Amino acid sequence: MYKFVIALVAALIASPAFAAEQVIKLKQAPGVDKVEANCQACHTLAYIPMNSPFLNAAGWSAAVTKMIKALGAPIDDADAKVIADYLAKNYGS
Amino acid sequence: MSHINRRHFLGATAAASAAAVGGFGRLAEAAGVSLTPGVPEGVASYATMGTLPGKKPLIQLSDRPPNYEAPIEYLRTPITPNDQFYVRYHLADIPNIKAEGYKIAVGGDGANGRAEVTLDDLKKMPAVEVVAVNQCSGNRRGLSKPHVQGVEWGYGAMGCARWKGARLKDVLDKAGLKKEAIEIVFNGADGPAVDKTPDFIKSIPVWKAIDESTIVAYEMNGAPLPHFNGFPARIIVPGWTGTYWMKHVIAINALTKPESNFWMNPAYRIPVGKFPVRDRFISQENAASTPITEMVVNSLITSHRNGDKVKAGKVTVSGMAWDGGYGIRTVQISTDGGKTWGSATLGQDLGRFAFRPWSFEFAAKKGNNTVTVNATNKLGQSQVSELIFNPAGYHNNVMQNITLAA
Repeated sequence: MYKFVIALVAALIASPAFAAEQVIKLKQAPGVDKVEANCQACHTLAYIPMNSPFLNAAGWSAAVTKMIKALGAPIDDADAKVIADYLAKNYGS
Repeated sequence: MSHINRRHFLGATAAASAAAVGGFGRLAEAAGVSLTPGVPEGVASYATMGTLPGKKPLIQLSDRPPNYEAPIEYLRTPITPNDQFYVRYHLADIPNIKAEGYKIAVGGDGANGRAEVTLDDLKKMPAVEVVAVNQCSGNRRGLSKPHVQGVEWGYGAMGCARWKGARLKDVLDKAGLKKEAIEIVFNGADGPAVDKTPDFIKSIPVWKAIDESTIVAYEMNGAPLPHFNGFPARIIVPGWTGTYWMKHVIAINALTKPESNFWMNPAYRIPVGKFPVRDRFISQENAASTPITEMVVNSLITSHRNGDKVKAGKVTVSGMAWDGGYGIRTVQISTDGGKTWGSATLGQDLGRFAFRPWSFEFAAKKGNNTVTVNATNKLGQSQVSELIFNPAGYHNNVMQNITLAA
């Protein structure tokens, strides 16, 4: 549902939380589309470079799992794998 | 409360959002940013100063949810001005709440009844003022070695304010506490972007809730709370880390069983026995972990940054010290790498929960001068020289050590 409401973005103007909008340009590499499509539903993409480059592949995989299992991110298994791989390759240690 | 449900708006692409608020976006890039040395390299790749409505520019770690920290220059006074106070949220759906119509629902299975408390009701109760440090549990997480996952705060996820409000005990009395009540749980008006994300809900033990210093605050430094610090009212838990200081509080419930959501366990936990904290939250403890409670004794140099140039001769370094509510006894400074220590002069005492300013004059020699700071509280607890590592990066009170070049 949340993916289909760009038309309602005007409402964001009224929201102080969006006053200093960050624009995060992620590294362009395979999987970045899945990251952009899923992760920023709930939070800024800044969380990715912020937590880099110290997480290894297992660390990034655990982070993605936490987002799904503990924090309810609606990401399917195939996308989760692509996202974890992208993060490990591009923002990993 | 005008709660526009934005849960489903948040999936809008960054580009669309940026276009909608482009004018403000440029503000975020206007100023340079001084990050705390030691935070993960990735932070420097994107972080800028960002200006939220009603705030001076803060270090923008994330805008959604908003996480903004104070540069050290904002922490040079024992009271942190409202427009310089840091901002921390877990979840991105943050409604604008109007004072009119705002109310707190009070009840729970540990209460005799239910009550609704409006802002006017709060203001009619006996008012209490307390000067207290609000420090994010994760302040200085970015300095953990090795780094750990989370919001990578430097020094500035803290501030100290004069909070005014009603005693939480008086608010609870409106519903009546049963003797079986063990925890008091808070919910704020902010919520998650998707419904499956656990709402941010926190509890404290009854003994802390009915402490005379624990209040439901509606004023911060003589003004209404800023939106981003919890308007119209928030919980103030002096001595304890910020996680319990629920912003935009709309529900206060007494519980006869421990609260068990994600934000109580596994989040906000420290390993049992690793830190010298006195306050225990026994109903939440298990063999391995326990909730973070009071702040450990700590200090920050706010007059200088590591690497600053000074003139040889008399130099005064100054900053703040604080702890979990026992009060600061001494602040010791070494300018010879810890061989000898001198006592800093302590400044204005605004109470045991407040920032305690300190200053120390020394003779800077040509070349590099190191300055190490160690605060001690009235229990005799001091800062540590080696990090006590823990998986969430909490309670980092390693003595700060900076080099000044003359």
